[in-house]
Amino acid sequence: MKKTLPAWADVVLIPAINVFLAFFVAGLVVIFIGEDPIRAMQIMINGSLGSSYGFGYTLYYATSFVFTGLAVAVAFHASIFNIGGEGQAGVAGIGVAIVCLSLDQTHWLLTLPLAVIAAAMFGAAWAAIPAYLQAKRGSHIVITTIMFNYIAAALLVYVLNQVFKVPGSMSPESRRFGEGAQIPRLDQMADWIGIELSRSPANISVFLALLAAFGVWVLIWRTRLGYEIRAFGFSDKAAVYAGISPVRIIMITMLISGALAGLMAINTVMGDLRRLNLDSVLGAGFVGIAVALMGRSHPVGVILAALLFGVLYQGGAELAFEIPAIPSQMILTIQALVILFTGSLENMVRFPVERLFLRFNRGRA
Amino acid sequence: MTVVEDNLKGRPEAAPDATAIELTGISKSFGPVQANKDISMKVQRGTIHGIVGENGAGKSTLMSILYGFYKADKGEIRIGGTPTQINNSDDAIRAGIGMVHQHFMLVQPFTVLENVVLGAEDGAMLKPSLAKARTLLTELAREYELEVDPDAVVGDLAVGFQQRVEILKALYRKADILILDEPTGVLTPAEADHLFRILEGLKREGKTIILITHKLREIMAITDTVSVMRQGEMTATVKTADTSPTELAELMVGRKVLLRIEKSPPNIGETLMEIRGLRVRDPDGVERLKGIDLDLKAGEILGVAGVAGNGQSALLEVLGGITAASGGTVTMNGRALDLSAQADAGERRDHGIAHVPEDRHRLGLIMPYSAWENACFGYHDRAEYSSPKGFLRRTFMRDDAREKIEKYDVRPANCDLKASNFSGGNQQKIVIAREIESNPDILLIGQPTRGVDIGAIEFIHNQIVALRDKGKAVLLVSVELEEILALSDRIVVMFDGAISGERLPQDTDENELGLLMAGIDPKEGPQ
Repeated sequence: MKKTLPAWADVVLIPAINVFLAFFVAGLVVIFIGEDPIRAMQIMINGSLGSSYGFGYTLYYATSFVFTGLAVAVAFHASIFNIGGEGQAGVAGIGVAIVCLSLDQTHWLLTLPLAVIAAAMFGAAWAAIPAYLQAKRGSHIVITTIMFNYIAAALLVYVLNQVFKVPGSMSPESRRFGEGAQIPRLDQMADWIGIELSRSPANISVFLALLAAFGVWVLIWRTRLGYEIRAFGFSDKAAVYAGISPVRIIMITMLISGALAGLMAINTVMGDLRRLNLDSVLGAGFVGIAVALMGRSHPVGVILAALLFGVLYQGGAELAFEIPAIPSQMILTIQALVILFTGSLENMVRFPVERLFLRFNRGRA
Repeated sequence: MTVVEDNLKGRPEAAPDATAIELTGISKSFGPVQANKDISMKVQRGTIHGIVGENGAGKSTLMSILYGFYKADKGEIRIGGTPTQINNSDDAIRAGIGMVHQHFMLVQPFTVLENVVLGAEDGAMLKPSLAKARTLLTELAREYELEVDPDAVVGDLAVGFQQRVEILKALYRKADILILDEPTGVLTPAEADHLFRILEGLKREGKTIILITHKLREIMAITDTVSVMRQGEMTATVKTADTSPTELAELMVGRKVLLRIEKSPPNIGETLMEIRGLRVRDPDGVERLKGIDLDLKAGEILGVAGVAGNGQSALLEVLGGITAASGGTVTMNGRALDLSAQADAGERRDHGIAHVPEDRHRLGLIMPYSAWENACFGYHDRAEYSSPKGFLRRTFMRDDAREKIEKYDVRPANCDLKASNFSGGNQQKIVIAREIESNPDILLIGQPTRGVDIGAIEFIHNQIVALRDKGKAVLLVSVELEEILALSDRIVVMFDGAISGERLPQDTDENELGLLMAGIDPKEGPQ
């Protein structure tokens, strides 16, 4: 009775229809603005996928979204809604900056692993407080993580102004990291093996993101902890019956989630900005929620959804540049539509598709 | 009160006003599952008509079609002789059909009066409707023994009274046909008797009553006619007076069923568990257990009877390590159990206490997990199921699940199927297989056969007896007195968080236990 759809339709067809619908409605909006939606689409695709330069940017954005998407996805498996990715990544940036500013006289092979540890620890620490409040005090984690996003933003401004600001400078940012804290960009790495790519901010973190996705898959589906996390997510009462401690699951899951969100600071702070300023997260924490929703909390889905949002970000920037009549907020509109169609309105597509498959199967039987 | 046995296909010879409901050729499918296959049924006005069948036989679907929750794929509904389209519950109410659901549809903080009027108000202002309802309620109370305080808050009423409010709701909406879905599941024997008197009274007034139940005793006691459903089909409609429980059970299951359990006399050994002064307070500060003293001996089945909500669940949960005690001690083999909030269910399992919870949906199984993931749930941290590094031993988990599925005859025998895709009886078999195969010294088992079909009940009972014959102790909690009487070697009755009496099954009967369940010890006289 439950299995009405083959797996491929569930995983590929329905999300594809949802994305198509989102773009279709976005196209209508473009028509209302008085521009040609086909041309807009071409600009977006070309701008994000059409050149190694554009694709580099797409990959750079996608890398951040994979981290924040995985963070939300892991928490989702325990039925915890971690909306704090934004704050956790922001605070993680401070950790990355501390490591980079102290060790940038050495080599990136030393700085990177330490920065990774710092990013994970700072992100996890920022998630730990809401997790503790939820586990021990029952404070709703959606509320507390949102509040912690604001606290993180304030903390970042304070740290930048009081600790990291270069004396005499007017802008709230740290000094530029030295040579020893600069991780290789993808174009530099390609150069090592003799391939020429245009310069873009995509960097070695791409591989870190893939590694993290694989790690999440192993954790959720192959380990005892993942089994317990999912069991708790499906039924907290049953978990207690089975001797699984809710406090332990909430704490560990949120620490992992916060650590994953924190890792995105490697991509932005260390990989691109090469200093700490106020631009290290820029909403990627929130995009992670959409990415996890669309990716159905599966690491492969998260990677694909992160790529889609990477395309939206990079393509959207190109679009705003090429057609000034289309404001950059258009990207937010499309994003909102994608979330609307993949999240809230999913059943609108699912039911007709299921019925279609049912009729088709009955016709064959 | 004539009965239609032969002309199920609805020949129009009966006087139109004598037939309250006539269903012809009702079919309904959910995807590939056909829940109702070409069902025809006639119910005479002013009779009580029982519908029996195992879980999943299609009783609820049929009634949901009649009440407008589902639309039949095929077939015709005639109410009082006129073909009637019932697309939603409003249509059903207009056609004079009222339904008393298994789980009451009442607004707990509203008064009885407000609940009765809700959805059937006469205008924008409440006062006239309430006044009208008050008069009607007084009349109904007099006529049918349906006394309820109109101004009582529903949440404060006992379940028996809440059920009366449901019936009043239906009557207030001028229902001529009343459908009751498993109405006695939550009632004491005395409350059930009262309900039956109410139903008899309604029948005398010419109301038609359809009673859905799986308790054959009730069917025999109160119905005029009975229809048996099996696997979506209506296999028989007979006069109750012409049939017997054994015959009905056979019709339901499709084969001969043993209604009595064959078991040898117990071989009772030493005391395994000593419970002294056990108290439990729930988070709201209500005392659920008020000082329980109990000994559990090897080789016995100790039955705990009681109306749901009198502390039996709290007893299972505190012994199973799910909730903490607020006082008292429990010793097992001379060692005290940790009853504080620090202890968890895993610790109890390490002590050799297995627990089949009352609510397998919410506690015993993870519904989206496959059978193999469920088959070691709670024992998953043992060395055979996961490595010291924390990885699951998936191959072993599946082999282990397959073995349990075969040994306990779980159907379909597919360990990759999700728990939610098994029937109630087979879900329960998965839980019981897991807990018994962990080789416990003590098995806590709550409502072992709730929502389980007759065929599986027999199997589950035999497993419980087999465990006891191996010299293990079983603490059996059940609201089914028949089950308690049939299985137990010793019976305690719980009332209001305390033990109200202890009996041996051979020295007692349902009446005496029923009184104890209401807090009255017949040997001491009413308190």
